[in-house]
Amino acid sequence: MARPNLFLMLLPVIAITLLGRALPTWTLSLAAIAAANALVALGIVVLARTGNVSFGQGLFFAAGGYGVALIANHFGLTDAVAQMLIGAVCGGLLGLVIGPLIARYSGIFFGMLTLALSMVFYGALLKTTVLGGSDGFNVGRPTLFGIHFVDTREADFMLYAIAVVTTGLAAIAAKILFQSEFGLASLAVRENNLRVEYLGISANRVIATNFVIAAAFAGASGAFALMAQRHIDPQFAYWTTSGEFVFIAVLAGYQSVSAVFVASLALELVRSFSNLYLPNTWQLVLGIFLLAVILFLPRGIGSLWSRERRKTGDSAATPAGEGAAT
Amino acid sequence: MSVVLSAQKLDKRFGAVVAADALSIDITAGQKVSLIGANGAGKTTFVNMVTGYLKPDRGSIVLDGIDIARHSPRRVAGLGISRSFQIPQLFVELTTAENLAVAIAGTHPKTLSLHSPAEAKGRRERAVELLQRFGLAQLADRPISELAGGVRKLIDIAMALVRRPKLLLLDEPTSGVSAEEKFSTMDRVIHAVAPDAATIVFVEHDMDIVSRYADRVVAFYSGRIIADGSPLDVLKDPEVRRYVTGGAR
Repeated sequence: MARPNLFLMLLPVIAITLLGRALPTWTLSLAAIAAANALVALGIVVLARTGNVSFGQGLFFAAGGYGVALIANHFGLTDAVAQMLIGAVCGGLLGLVIGPLIARYSGIFFGMLTLALSMVFYGALLKTTVLGGSDGFNVGRPTLFGIHFVDTREADFMLYAIAVVTTGLAAIAAKILFQSEFGLASLAVRENNLRVEYLGISANRVIATNFVIAAAFAGASGAFALMAQRHIDPQFAYWTTSGEFVFIAVLAGYQSVSAVFVASLALELVRSFSNLYLPNTWQLVLGIFLLAVILFLPRGIGSLWSRERRKTGDSAATPAGEGAAT
Repeated sequence: MSVVLSAQKLDKRFGAVVAADALSIDITAGQKVSLIGANGAGKTTFVNMVTGYLKPDRGSIVLDGIDIARHSPRRVAGLGISRSFQIPQLFVELTTAENLAVAIAGTHPKTLSLHSPAEAKGRRERAVELLQRFGLAQLADRPISELAGGVRKLIDIAMALVRRPKLLLLDEPTSGVSAEEKFSTMDRVIHAVAPDAATIVFVEHDMDIVSRYADRVVAFYSGRIIADGSPLDVLKDPEVRRYVTGGAR
């Protein structure tokens, strides 16, 4: 497998960023939110390649958001790029603490533990008055390299550009990771982690590393959400927030990086338009949309164009001793 | 010749079932040792204990002076013991070369590259070279899910060979292979394994294979060793004829 061409991968990121100049203002914020949500979902896809799904990415999303909000208010740091990086570091550090512990579990136990941890964090935030309790607190408008954006459209475009560039670079990194030696080992863990251990690789270490990457992505996205809303509250860590990210990851499938962004944008569009035309039943429309994708594209939207020959079916994931005579 | 592996007084019980009863065996470098016995005799339990999948209730397993009885499969692999499985344990969604690439990655587990392509130059060549030994190079880019059971078995063995193990354990390498192909399959295995694994222990039910390829035969019955010696002597042993071969030879 040849190394991906970095220049060719950067081109769509640059093109989509510049496209923002021509987009109507209302689509800028929609696309920016889609791109930021896709960043968390991309982390879930990274983790899903080891066979584990996190239902609690809201934990790292909130950690990134709260970390940036506290630093912004205490130290006056308003630069959007710095905030994004700090969010990623906050999420990644928390992932570094939790990852090695949670990597010992798999399947439904893994998923439920992540969910439980995010809800514990949510509960703690709710009761912490110094962080605003259930109301949260506000932060100032972000700047970029010292520039203050007074014009609304320019401010929206700045956020759009930050979201697209950050998620675009994360996507390129994920693409390189997927094709790397480590990425292949991650797929192997997903199929048969005991065989991976027999080959000398620590399956737990592989899962924990992917977990930290996913946490850093979620932290960066949390920082972006903070910049967009200029307000943070415990809802960032609530299970419905995490569920939305899983929703996008399920829509996308795990085969294609670009599918995550398409899925996130599709979700935002379906939600916006169904909310507009069917304000009382928009969740029903979303549910039908997800069911349709699962029914007709069980391997996700990415399976429409993914050239990878990853086939399901006759899994070899039988435990080593199983079926063997004593 | 030096002893590669020394297992002493291994006990293993699963409830009331005795899978290993004071098993003691020394494996000498360069030997091709065949483990025989009826189903449930304790052969695979012995292999699972040596490779770290099962921990013995009592006893020691010493490899190069290190007691590995409580080691994990990963640590055991790192010390130079590899195995193949009765049911091939492959990554069926990956291609043959990718399966071997994972095995090659296992030779430097702490420095897995996060950016270098899995089949980068060197790794791909090593994978193809291994497949060539088994006559499977043309299948390098085929997904495992498209391959027949016999071929999967050979790939499983090729993956175990990547580490150039001090001791290679093969669990029924010819099971599931037709009677016409069993000798050619075993010939391929022995030929392919020769450059990298001087010491081989294989579990086998086919006495024709055992008498043709083994230097030494160890017969198991109810978790005990009932005979240990040359194929000629062991296969003539009355207890072995009674409990294992059923008078096959």
